[in-house]
Amino acid sequence: MSDRKTLQIQRMSAHPGPIPGTGVQRDVQVCKLVDTTTCIGCKACEVACVEWNDMPFGATTFDNTYQTMPETRWNFWNLIKFNEHPREDGTVQWLMRKDQCMHCADPGCLAACPADGAIVQYTNGIVDFNQENCIGCEYCVSGCPFNIPKLNPGTKKVYKCTLCSDRVGEGLEPACIKACPTGCLKFGTKDDMKFIAEERAKQLRDNFGMEKAGVYDPESIGGTHVIYVLHDATDPERYGGLPKNPTIPWSYTVWKWLFKPVLGAFALFGGLGVLLHYVTVGPRRPQPEPPNKEGTNGNGD
Amino acid sequence: MTNGWIDIKNTDMMLIMGGNPAENHPCGFKWAIEAKIQRNAKTIVVDPRLTRTAATADLYLQIRAGADIAFLGGVINYALDNNRIARDYLVNYTNAGFIIKEGFKLPDDGLYSGFDPETKMYDKSSWNYEEGGDLSGKAVLPTPSGQNARATHVQGSDTGQGHQGASPAGAKAGASPVPLLPSKVAFDLSLQHPRCVFQLLKKQYERYTPEMVERITGIPQDQFLKAADLYTSIRKDGDMKKVSTIIYAVGWTQHSFGTQIIRTAAMLQMLMGNVGRAGGGVNALRGHSNIQGATDMAGVFDTLPGYLKMPNPNDVDLATYLKRITPISSKPDPWNSFNYWSNTPKFTVSLLKALYGPAATKDNDWAFHYLPKIDRNYSWVNIWNDMYEGKIKGLFAFGMNGVMIGPDSTKNIEALKKADWLVVCEIYPDETSEFWRAPGISADDQKKINTTVYRLPGAGFAEKDGSFTNSARWLQWKQIALPPPGEARLDQDILAMIYLKVRELYQKEGGKFADPVLNATFAYTNPYAPSLAEVAKEVSGKALADITDPKTNQTIKSGQQVPGFAWLKDDGTTACGNWIYSGSWTEAGAMIQRRGTEDPSGLGIYPNWAWSWPANRRVLYNRASCDLNGKPWDSSRRQVWWDEGKQLWVGNDIPDFKPDSAPKDHMGPFIMNPEGIGRLFVPLGGMADGPFPEHYEPIESPIANPLHPNQSNNPVVKKYKTEFDKYGTADQGFNVICTTYRLTEHYHYWTKNNPMNVQLVPEPFVEVPAELADRMGVHGGERVKVTSARSHYIAKAMVTRRIRPMKIDGKEMFQIGLPIHWGFRGIAEDEGKTAKTLANQLTPTVIDPNAFTPEFKGFLVKIEKA
Repeated sequence: MSDRKTLQIQRMSAHPGPIPGTGVQRDVQVCKLVDTTTCIGCKACEVACVEWNDMPFGATTFDNTYQTMPETRWNFWNLIKFNEHPREDGTVQWLMRKDQCMHCADPGCLAACPADGAIVQYTNGIVDFNQENCIGCEYCVSGCPFNIPKLNPGTKKVYKCTLCSDRVGEGLEPACIKACPTGCLKFGTKDDMKFIAEERAKQLRDNFGMEKAGVYDPESIGGTHVIYVLHDATDPERYGGLPKNPTIPWSYTVWKWLFKPVLGAFALFGGLGVLLHYVTVGPRRPQPEPPNKEGTNGNGD
Repeated sequence: MTNGWIDIKNTDMMLIMGGNPAENHPCGFKWAIEAKIQRNAKTIVVDPRLTRTAATADLYLQIRAGADIAFLGGVINYALDNNRIARDYLVNYTNAGFIIKEGFKLPDDGLYSGFDPETKMYDKSSWNYEEGGDLSGKAVLPTPSGQNARATHVQGSDTGQGHQGASPAGAKAGASPVPLLPSKVAFDLSLQHPRCVFQLLKKQYERYTPEMVERITGIPQDQFLKAADLYTSIRKDGDMKKVSTIIYAVGWTQHSFGTQIIRTAAMLQMLMGNVGRAGGGVNALRGHSNIQGATDMAGVFDTLPGYLKMPNPNDVDLATYLKRITPISSKPDPWNSFNYWSNTPKFTVSLLKALYGPAATKDNDWAFHYLPKIDRNYSWVNIWNDMYEGKIKGLFAFGMNGVMIGPDSTKNIEALKKADWLVVCEIYPDETSEFWRAPGISADDQKKINTTVYRLPGAGFAEKDGSFTNSARWLQWKQIALPPPGEARLDQDILAMIYLKVRELYQKEGGKFADPVLNATFAYTNPYAPSLAEVAKEVSGKALADITDPKTNQTIKSGQQVPGFAWLKDDGTTACGNWIYSGSWTEAGAMIQRRGTEDPSGLGIYPNWAWSWPANRRVLYNRASCDLNGKPWDSSRRQVWWDEGKQLWVGNDIPDFKPDSAPKDHMGPFIMNPEGIGRLFVPLGGMADGPFPEHYEPIESPIANPLHPNQSNNPVVKKYKTEFDKYGTADQGFNVICTTYRLTEHYHYWTKNNPMNVQLVPEPFVEVPAELADRMGVHGGERVKVTSARSHYIAKAMVTRRIRPMKIDGKEMFQIGLPIHWGFRGIAEDEGKTAKTLANQLTPTVIDPNAFTPEFKGFLVKIEKA
């Protein structure tokens, strides 16, 4: 393929010393745009994700909703969340939001991960899990403000959406984008997607009476590489637990904030970083409930 | 579709009703989204449920299932009241100004003039135009004698009404004289004459006030007015620039007045001048990839390919038949009418030559006597009814699951028990081939079933080549993706083997009427495995002798493919399997295999992509996209126009018109009607139940019709009489309105065999309004039992606020809905995980009198905890 690119790592979990290959090249920042106002909840993206990633089918049970399952699974990374939002006039707004890894600029999973190289962030913004390095501790699960990573109890490895890094690395769009029939999913550079999203939100405000339409790209985690156009950006919670101000649990951020800047310079003390991580985070224990933990609100209504 | 999928992107306004395109046509729905994004187009969705389509709408109204004509009639009334009509279009392109005969009566009491309560049929002679001349401005006239109309009586049923003549069910009435349309129609272009169509139309729909709409549909007046205002806003003060489209599917056809709902939509579109225009039209979304193709190729009992009428026993010879089905033009004297169906004899003889080859000669009437003559109504429901009554002994079921389809699946299962044999060609073991395993049939009962079932392993869609005709009338060729597995065979191979065996038996043993079987053309390179490319060429047509166009001197040599239907002859020198597909495979190659992606106009016409019938025309009636002088109503959406220099109609699309008919000749743009205009009023035998649509209640309705309580239902609809045909009433406790539908996640009755689809939606459910569930004490996920007068259905409740309680004629009522996908064979079924009842065990056997479609929507049930 003529435009073949090698994915370049930008950050790596629990890695002492410099990132391999740093400075070799810079990729553009990629981004997936999800326009919830033109999503029709057809689930083509769900099927494309399962098929491209060759994931085994799992059993589901009827749960009083059109939603396939309450939350993403280790073998189901892309889930449309259906929510019935009551309006003041007694009518109902039926919301559909494609839920998947948000590929945060400041990824809580990566910050939390104690296993060297189990989670990487490429320079193009994709946050990817390397299962061969995963130790199954599930810190990433509690580090994620969006309830995305899931443990496969059989293999004791954690999985999530890769933003189809295998496709993107070959110059292709993610499988969900390719499958979307309405064009509510778009893929490109972050700048372009942000521009299209803001234009669309403006169109919704100016021509469709949606005064509160806007773009979801939360600053609290440095922005995300999956952004949403929402009918009402002031209330993302109604879309099935999309936190208004997602944050990484304090306990995960502090060690990074303190030590990350110096880790590169003090590569020799890399081992100390690992040690410090264990000291500051300790063995896994129940975390304080993140402000907008989702997973209980997956039933559509 | 009058227009096409991609063309939806050109619209300014969408009314989506009787269809759920986001769920059932998600790929096509991208063009609705495109119109929203590129043109700020608005969407109004009117549906019994807040569907995934409604979720994207600018305005959603919850309507009672079966109340569509009341809603649309109300919008017509609103458009007329508020001058949101296309005056020039109306006067010149529709029959608004035509005068209707004296003696015609509107249905104030629920009945049009001419109803016979004995036969439950109409004598339609008063549903006719008055003969005469220009009455413009001559308001009220002395009563015309009517003698002219009587003088045109002729023998033979439906003579001169064109291909839309009455159904074969009416064939028995063929002995009595049937009137013709007058050749010169009296007209009033000022639209003031009290008997002109426009004034009658106004009178008909002024009864559909917002109050009446609310009583019938359950839509509060303020919401209705909002929708009517929004939809008609594109024609504010008669400005013609903008265009609106109406999009529908089987939610409109599956009623005992379904055809009339679609008529109402067509009338609204003509009133507003939206037909023929890019982004406009009346657009039927077909429910399968090739339903359009099946219909075009006579997959219905009363047509031959290309919508030629099926002969009936009164058609004693070809001349009689052609006289009956070939229309004679009928129009205001100064106007012109192309009357394209006047070419019917050419299409018919070419079809007979394609079917019977050298055996069809001038001397034997082109083998017309080989064609079956239909003596009664053989529509879907009647086939099963006849089988139940022992009149049909065997059934070939290819590509359909008759038990699941219903209506009244229990009756269909009983019918199969009475058949001698059943042949099912499928890719899965289905409910039809295993009808004897239906729940409720015990092992002992099974032993008493003597039907012999033959199951043939067919091929799936990806295992066959051939063409699909989509909703936009595009014939698109596809390749084989992989060969059929195991012993599975291509459907055409199976059919060919059966045919060749039957022919062999006739050759050996003779038979009652062997000629049609022995003489049918079957000249495929490998008759046991006919190539679909060869079939497609046969359908498109070829010359059987050298033929020359006298105008251009172009000659088509004997044996060559014809360029199009204009070349077809009635002298036996051409053969064509379907005239509307003529030109799809020419000497230049397979037009249906083209993949050109150029779209010079930007209107989404893509003239070199595949091929659309007729003549690769993308928008039908596109002459109407121009004003009287041949200039496009909207200069930014130029489809066709009159080129004064060339003295020809030219454009980005193929003009749907006589190419050299100058605007001053005033030829009507609706060239398939003998009048040349669009019919607001359908004269004579066009419709079984009235020249204008009128709201009737579904056969099972919770209220008496507020318009005329004494004539609540469609008067010409007949109920069936077997012990299975029970019809429920609210008095019997059936007071919940029920509708059925498909889901995005499943495709009819196939995908319950596919683990991916089963994972997405694992089992059946019933959508229940939260308020009703509260009253029943039912929570989401608990099992409920839905019972109709015929049977019951058990599934889990999906308690939702997307269906709300309604006030129908002042009474609070509930609607519920259930998807149709599950039966007693499939992954979950075989594992015993579902209740194995069939949605269509609930539905009533009753059909629309025009298209014979069952009333799957809007029947009555009761619901309780299971």
